[in-house]
Amino acid sequence: MSDKHAEKRKIKSAKKMRDIMTTYYLDAMTAEQNNKQVAWITSGGPVEPLVAMDIIPIYPENHGAMIGASKMGEDLCIKAEDMGYSSDLCSYARADISCSVVKGGPIGGLPKPDMLVCCNNICGTVLKWYEVQARFYNVPLFILDTPVCHTGYSPEIAKYVQAQIDEYIIFLEKVTKRKFDYDKMARVGKLAYEGQLLWQKVLNTTAHKPSPMSAFDAFFFLALIVTLRGTQVAVDFYKELLEEMEQRIKKGISMVPNEKYRLLWDNLPVWYKLKWLSKKFSDHNACLVADTYTSAWCGAIKYTDENNFLGSIAEAYTRIYLNIGVDQMADQVLDMIKFYGANGLVMHSNRSCKPYSFGQMDIMKIVREKTNIPVLMIEADMVDPRNFSQSQVETRIDAFMEIIKQRSR
Amino acid sequence: MKEISVFYDAIKDVSKVASKIKAKHKKIIGYLCSYVPEEMIYAAGFVPMRLFSSKSDIVLAEQHLQAYCCSLVRGVLEDSLSGRLDFLDGTVFPHTCDSMQRLSDIWRMNGKYEFFADVVLPAKLNTQSARNYMKDVLRKFKTDLETATGKEITDTDLRKSIKKLNLIRKNLAKIYALQSQKPGIIKGADLYAIVKGSMVMDRDEVADLLPAILTNIEKIDAPPKKGKRIIVSGSICDSPDIHTAIEKAGGIIVGDDLCTGQRWFEGETPIDEDPIHAIATRLIERIICPAKHFSPVLRGENLIALAKKNRADGVIFMMLKFCDPHAFDYPYLKEFLDQEGIKSLAVEMDDQTQNSGQLDTRFETFIHMI
Repeated sequence: MSDKHAEKRKIKSAKKMRDIMTTYYLDAMTAEQNNKQVAWITSGGPVEPLVAMDIIPIYPENHGAMIGASKMGEDLCIKAEDMGYSSDLCSYARADISCSVVKGGPIGGLPKPDMLVCCNNICGTVLKWYEVQARFYNVPLFILDTPVCHTGYSPEIAKYVQAQIDEYIIFLEKVTKRKFDYDKMARVGKLAYEGQLLWQKVLNTTAHKPSPMSAFDAFFFLALIVTLRGTQVAVDFYKELLEEMEQRIKKGISMVPNEKYRLLWDNLPVWYKLKWLSKKFSDHNACLVADTYTSAWCGAIKYTDENNFLGSIAEAYTRIYLNIGVDQMADQVLDMIKFYGANGLVMHSNRSCKPYSFGQMDIMKIVREKTNIPVLMIEADMVDPRNFSQSQVETRIDAFMEIIKQRSR
Repeated sequence: MKEISVFYDAIKDVSKVASKIKAKHKKIIGYLCSYVPEEMIYAAGFVPMRLFSSKSDIVLAEQHLQAYCCSLVRGVLEDSLSGRLDFLDGTVFPHTCDSMQRLSDIWRMNGKYEFFADVVLPAKLNTQSARNYMKDVLRKFKTDLETATGKEITDTDLRKSIKKLNLIRKNLAKIYALQSQKPGIIKGADLYAIVKGSMVMDRDEVADLLPAILTNIEKIDAPPKKGKRIIVSGSICDSPDIHTAIEKAGGIIVGDDLCTGQRWFEGETPIDEDPIHAIATRLIERIICPAKHFSPVLRGENLIALAKKNRADGVIFMMLKFCDPHAFDYPYLKEFLDQEGIKSLAVEMDDQTQNSGQLDTRFETFIHMI
């Protein structure tokens, strides 16, 4: 295959995205000089009120992903273990905790927070992790407690989370010593809503055969909907990205050269093995067309009312993918298999993420019962490479692809 | 002491305990977390029973939970799937940690028992809205129980239940206090059997037996041989070997910060208030578990206070492997203890494996050092 073809396949928006992220991190690094405050927030947390208050949101989890992708995870995880943290704890947390002390990692550590905002809709780990950072930085901590909706969203939960949204605003007013700007909030809310819709549309383009991008690209392009949700920058960027994807579909440009098999990915990426995994599947003419992870930032949009943002986000933030019952998660996986026309499901059993990984085996069973597609489970970790055996994973992927090929004949 | 042997029998074979309960035409509700509102289960006419792993080999649970899930969660699921818990009439999950959260889903999806409830308590306990939510959830649970039994749970029922459970809590606290005052008046293994037995047996029987034990040990003089005063901290510590091993090494447990110990029975539920309000108050004010939040330093402060109150010579952390909430707290708890000049030892254990000689050596070295 010539270089010309490979060049054609590259997504042009990637450069712009890198530039935006660089600017974002530069802004964050110089926040203090510019008299701006910084809030650290969990990936599933409501960032929009921060944007409305002109507070720079920083995502330790996004930082964790960067650490993983730049293969600096092992070193930082070991440093945390030297501090007394068990090697069984989440590798994002371990890397971030030690990074705060040693100022390591790809960008020399994150800017010091003025406040911490922790929403436990993604896990109980963040609660403990943010307590660690609250002690270390000695800054105010706000916890948005979103009870798990095992079987549905109850009136008790609705009342509790809504009360906390109000407390969140009061917290921000107190820490910034400024009045909350409700008009700006309404504008930010609309932008967040629009950004999420666009992100969903971008992800939906991969339903086309062949797929204009893969989940590996989605893992990369995800960064903006997480960190810059609620800004015009994010909306403009995703408009361009969507346009590019539509163009690719028109011109028949696929991400995987001879896409024959379409796979769905479950759980977080294996950040330090993206390239290898991408090539591995691509060599089998398989494209990971979608995943349960990147869609988490638009999956609950149906609960959001763009015209009553603060009054509706309680439900949207509580009913995200990881905060529902395993049976409901299985339903969503089944929907995605159908929508994207997947021939197989690849599950990353992620030692670092218990709420995502426990229940996977039940989902696997349900998928096998209700569809006839093969399911592969690979043992790994999102950031700590010590829990990844390349030869073992390779053998398993090869065997899995053999089955898919046989079934597709 | 014949009263203590009842507790030993109970923890040796839970199914026998269950048969005894069933013979009295009572139903059993199992649970895995010390935040379960036992008063309500008892008031509804059920026997609340804390579930422990039988520590059998993991075979069936292997199909549901990966190896990096803690041995308590996997072990209890194994017991359920293999039929060892068929005596249960229901189960309650109050939302403990990420692993319990998913165990609850898997448990519900397997639907083995008649009654099932998620009582998703708040994770933070330091706000009025969390307190209100806690009460809302408890009221909902009351309705669920009423639907299951077809019988209303009155305030009188709840008060009676609160009184009964308070009595158990008060007597267990007294036994602990006596042991701290006169260390060695009761063997660590006995104490373990009494506390664990109290969690699984019919509470009426427990309430009847404890006063006799208390009266008996009150009469015992302090043993002349003095051991080093040890506090044990962790989630569960479900092995009598640990107590014996600590004693053999020259120590004596004078208090604990365990969810199968003082965290479970500490603090009484107020009797003169609205019962639901009172139950919520106790759950909020009792010694906190690391899966809940009150302040970033409350557990450290609690542990220091506990160590000082019991004049502890050292603290032993019993870390259940793969237990995230406790593993996150360990470094700062140790640092807090270091600052106070209290020595500590951390031991990682697995519910599945019993003490090998290695643990004895570690305890001995630690106890000689302090």
